Amino acid sequence: MHLVCPAGSLPALKAAVRQGADAVYVGFRDDTNARHFAGLNLDERQLETGLRLIREQRRQLYVAVNTYPQPEGWERWRRAVDQAADLGVDALIAADPGVLAYASRRYPQLNLHLSVQGSATNAASLAFYQERYGIRRAVLPRVLSLKQVRQVAAGSPVPIEVFAFGSLCIMAEGRCHLSSYLTGESPNLCGVCSPAKAVRWSEEPEGLTSRLNDVLIDRYARDEPAGYPTLCKGRFMVNGQRFHALEEPTSLNTLDLIPELAAIGVTAMKIEGRQRSPAYVEQVTRVWRAALDAYLESPAHYAVQPAWRDVLAGLSEGSQTTLGAYHRAWQ
Amino acid sequence: MESRMKLSLGPVLFYWDRKTLLDFYADMASQPLDVIYLGETVCSKRRAMGLDDWLGLARELSQVSQAEVVLSGLALVEAASELASLKRLCDNGDLRVEANDMGAVQLLAERRLPFVGGPALNLYNGHALAELVNAGMVRWVPPVECSGALIRQAMAQLRGLDVTVPELEIFAYGHLPLAYSARCFTARAENRPKDDCQFCCQGYPEGIPLLSQEGQALFTLNGIQTMSGDVSNLLADYAGLSACGANLLRLSPRAAGMNEVITMFDAVRRGATPPLAIGGCNGYWHGQPGMLRAEEVGLC
Repeated sequence: MHLVCPAGSLPALKAAVRQGADAVYVGFRDDTNARHFAGLNLDERQLETGLRLIREQRRQLYVAVNTYPQPEGWERWRRAVDQAADLGVDALIAADPGVLAYASRRYPQLNLHLSVQGSATNAASLAFYQERYGIRRAVLPRVLSLKQVRQVAAGSPVPIEVFAFGSLCIMAEGRCHLSSYLTGESPNLCGVCSPAKAVRWSEEPEGLTSRLNDVLIDRYARDEPAGYPTLCKGRFMVNGQRFHALEEPTSLNTLDLIPELAAIGVTAMKIEGRQRSPAYVEQVTRVWRAALDAYLESPAHYAVQPAWRDVLAGLSEGSQTTLGAYHRAWQ
Repeated sequence: MESRMKLSLGPVLFYWDRKTLLDFYADMASQPLDVIYLGETVCSKRRAMGLDDWLGLARELSQVSQAEVVLSGLALVEAASELASLKRLCDNGDLRVEANDMGAVQLLAERRLPFVGGPALNLYNGHALAELVNAGMVRWVPPVECSGALIRQAMAQLRGLDVTVPELEIFAYGHLPLAYSARCFTARAENRPKDDCQFCCQGYPEGIPLLSQEGQALFTLNGIQTMSGDVSNLLADYAGLSACGANLLRLSPRAAGMNEVITMFDAVRRGATPPLAIGGCNGYWHGQPGMLRAEEVGLC
């Protein structure tokens, strides 16, 4: 199984390569990708430097052009596809049927991966993208149980990539407008969820309070750890109870599932986090490289090392990890 | 001359028991509706009505109502069993289908059947629309987060691409379907595992309100679906809807008061003056956060 790691900057790309990523995925510096955060992503010069390193080290570079263009932005998305093709990237990750159609017709040799934002959760959906645009891989949303991943992979016309580690989207990716409902900006259209510019922290008599576009997302007692107010991970009132009504602040961690995912025939494991620091990418990549190598060396004796678990827990939201939807009981 | 705006009744997004559903549609049959969408789009475990029941209801409706009946498909299709049900829906041999997942688009395209592209499909620009039109889409219901301007531009872009232009249907009234998850939030709120949910969502005919800790209504929990806390209402935006080229307005069923809602929309499409402002949210239509009421924040 290939290890696909995120890079929101050149140092992160270098860290991923150094620690043994088989492929690194990046985005351009605009809203054509789903991590359109201030100061993030690579400019042209950095991309060229990164690509040189990747070629020297015989790894792969993927570029995500995976948001949905609005009509007026179409030229920007088209240029992003052109730029990726000109760079000679190893894969373009996209979701919009218009973008996929343009890329497949203009650059028939360009390797296309269906982005998780495409929200393809079944074999028929994957067939749509494969037959029309010749996608050669698809990234599955984090909503499927292990059994469902097995079923989808068995019927899929293309190899499958799944999320291995990182922030956990509680909703099917590409099928969530919660962020735009509160802030006007959504992952599909703007490449952001719970945008930083809408966040406000305040010390209030009731405690440290986080708000998103003035909507109270969470409030913390004195010694409680506070996290970024991603709106699906706040505490809300439902039926008179205050709790994490949608999801706790937690990260996905599937180290335990490597043997099962390998048996299913999953082609690649993806680490989430282009918005994370180079140090984060470095540590996560190191652990996952070690885990995948250990599995390859002796599949029958694979066991998760406590040290790996400790490193990943330290890098996780709320220091918690979960198997997420892969484990049916989570649902 | 421009043809009159049509009114459609969207699929019931909540889980109502069989009798409630049948009573509701008996009532709707006499309403001035042009299209009625039937079927379960949220959760495959809701089995009060099977495909045969929906087909039977469709036959009954077609005898007493002039409305076109369309079968709406599931939005989040994960299990092999759900894909099999979707195939049966597409093979119904009679009624048009609303695709809410690209899997349904694929199945319908394979069968060369014209279809409605539902609001759960991610279609945001003319180039993407052209792809779906080529696959057989004859009517487009944009994602609920689209602004009027985006929709108008997308249709204009499509017109420049030399393909047949589909009908345009706008989600004009009801709780907005905002998100789909593997997790059932209703079961979670009741501390039940999803696999033993006891169909608890049936206890909430309009979902469960989710409030901020300050009591602000934010969302509505409806099984695996998260909806807007507020009801979206575009009646005051009727002129903009017309100007945008909308052919149909979708009214999404609520547990009570649908007759009045239909009456109001019907009056306006027949020429009555739309209200200057009305309760509920309409931010998305104006390119703002969906939860806002544009008139209140001074946008209109």
